[in-house]
Amino acid sequence: MAKKQVLGVFKTADNAVMAVDRLHESGFTNRDWQVLTGSPYPEGAFGEWMPKHRLYAFPFFGAIVGFTVAILVTAGTSVANPLVTGGKPIIAIPAMAVIVYEGTMLGAILMTIIGVIFESRLPRPVMGLYDTRITEGYIGIDLNCPDDRVNTAEMVMRQSGAVDVKHQK
Amino acid sequence: MQDRVVLGHTPQEVDARINRELLTNVLYTERRYWIIVGFLALVVALAGGAVGYMVNKGIGVSGLHRPVFWGFMITNFVFWVGISHAGVMLSAILRLSQAEWRRPATRAAEIVTVFALMTAILFPIIHSGRPWRTMYWAFPYDFARGIFPNVRSPLVWDPTAITTYLTSSIMFVLVALIPDFAVARDRTKGVAKAIYSVLAMGWRGTPRQWRLQIVAGFLLSALILPVFVSVHSIVSWDFGIAQSVEGWHSTVFAPYFVIGAVHSGVSAVVTVMIILRWLFHWENYITKDTIDSLGRLLIVVATAWFFFFFIEILYSIYTLEDAELGLRKMQFFEAPYSWLFLTFILTGYFIPVPLWLFKNVRRSFKWMFITTILVNIGMWIERFLIIVPGLARKQGLTFSWSTYHPSVIEILLVIGSFAFVSMNILLISKVIPLIPIYDIKEGEILKDEIKIGKVTVPAAKREE
Repeated sequence: MAKKQVLGVFKTADNAVMAVDRLHESGFTNRDWQVLTGSPYPEGAFGEWMPKHRLYAFPFFGAIVGFTVAILVTAGTSVANPLVTGGKPIIAIPAMAVIVYEGTMLGAILMTIIGVIFESRLPRPVMGLYDTRITEGYIGIDLNCPDDRVNTAEMVMRQSGAVDVKHQK
Repeated sequence: MQDRVVLGHTPQEVDARINRELLTNVLYTERRYWIIVGFLALVVALAGGAVGYMVNKGIGVSGLHRPVFWGFMITNFVFWVGISHAGVMLSAILRLSQAEWRRPATRAAEIVTVFALMTAILFPIIHSGRPWRTMYWAFPYDFARGIFPNVRSPLVWDPTAITTYLTSSIMFVLVALIPDFAVARDRTKGVAKAIYSVLAMGWRGTPRQWRLQIVAGFLLSALILPVFVSVHSIVSWDFGIAQSVEGWHSTVFAPYFVIGAVHSGVSAVVTVMIILRWLFHWENYITKDTIDSLGRLLIVVATAWFFFFFIEILYSIYTLEDAELGLRKMQFFEAPYSWLFLTFILTGYFIPVPLWLFKNVRRSFKWMFITTILVNIGMWIERFLIIVPGLARKQGLTFSWSTYHPSVIEILLVIGSFAFVSMNILLISKVIPLIPIYDIKEGEILKDEIKIGKVTVPAAKREE
């Protein structure tokens, strides 16, 4: 069955939690909905489902890539132009360590940024149902709902104190 | 007692007021803003003209000559790298320690970092006299002759470290800005809305997105802190590794430079925050508590810096080497260096720190503004006194000794650098909120009051 998005907009967190509880009583699971808020709430405040993220893996991967590239650049350029300066070896590890360290950190940081964006499922070209009041303190419950249950979902949200309910046409 | 911010009653009133007040600088502009920006742009244009003149006429128009080939421009480079350290360090440490008073301070600190670093990186390039030639030295690119940068030189380490730090700092700021771009997207129309929509990347504010924002804040803080330490250490090695200059070849330089950078940088953040508070009417956000906390931090940082300064001097004198003693004698007792030294030590430590011990001073915007400006006057002179006297006595034979007189061009460049940083901070304030909106809102959600005996005291629940 085709699914539609239903968005309930609530004034308080208590109303939103009430709506969530009633949605569960109506047979929806916490994988069917997500909360939209304008600021971070403590984890689990709405009993939401929080899939695991893999953000911690990204900096490790980035660090390995950065380390490898930095080794190749420093050793490669030294060997390409083998000019002895100050009697030091062509491949001078203490000197290379500085650049390799920076390269490693840069790789780790850049991959962390990519990781944050990727794991946040951004960029999101199509916003879907949204309400600009969410960034003004209202709380949105975005429900993924079968076509034939849209009316039930809307009724549950209104009974729980939603100030507005929108759904896809 | 902490002065609590009363922003409204319902969550909607609180959020609407935070949005309105913190987006004021983005959505509306007062006339005085453009007057200040216009004046700063004029100074920057003058400095730009000075650079053009120097490129056209050659480095001879500066006061640099044998044996002092590093003067105001390199002093300014070290100074601005130092200033840049406050920002991300402050932001990172306060995030990791979950200090509640960090909320209004972090973004301004990060923005100071970015623009200070951008300014710093310009100076060695300008100083080279032929800026385009710096490409040969810094980038691993073969310009037809098969000559690559010498990775064994600290002068190659510098651009590597600074580029890493600058890239990381910009990314750190941008990631934390995504939720605030969404707020701006929801409050603007037309072209501005289209631009903020692209920048917000479709942010909706799901728990997963918030969770990742918080984790990213911690993770990036932890990753940037070692970079921050490395950058000023590497800048210090520009000097510390040079064996032939008295006063430079010191093992203590790396930690001494890092802590000095934090001292001047945190002071600069306080100065900037006080100016922004005045300019954008952010009395509800940058409170007496905020600068009081920064003042306490400054006492610790300044004293740690003074300890390193003391041991740097002590170690150099303890060697009883004639050349080193001669240099220190010149720094401490021979004009004009002696006057500069006195000014530096008074403004860098002995005037501000005793004043910060008084709560009334720490909670006074006027006094904190004056004292933090003093610190940076002192810290600029400190860098000058590290660089120039050593070079003036670099040669073993006395007939090669000389001193340094900055030219008008160099003075213009220094003044222009301050105008450049200030102008950029003001210009970026037209595009992004300089106080993190979502962070302030989170603080409002977690804020509480608890009753202990007969008193009610402010409290905050700690975010996970």
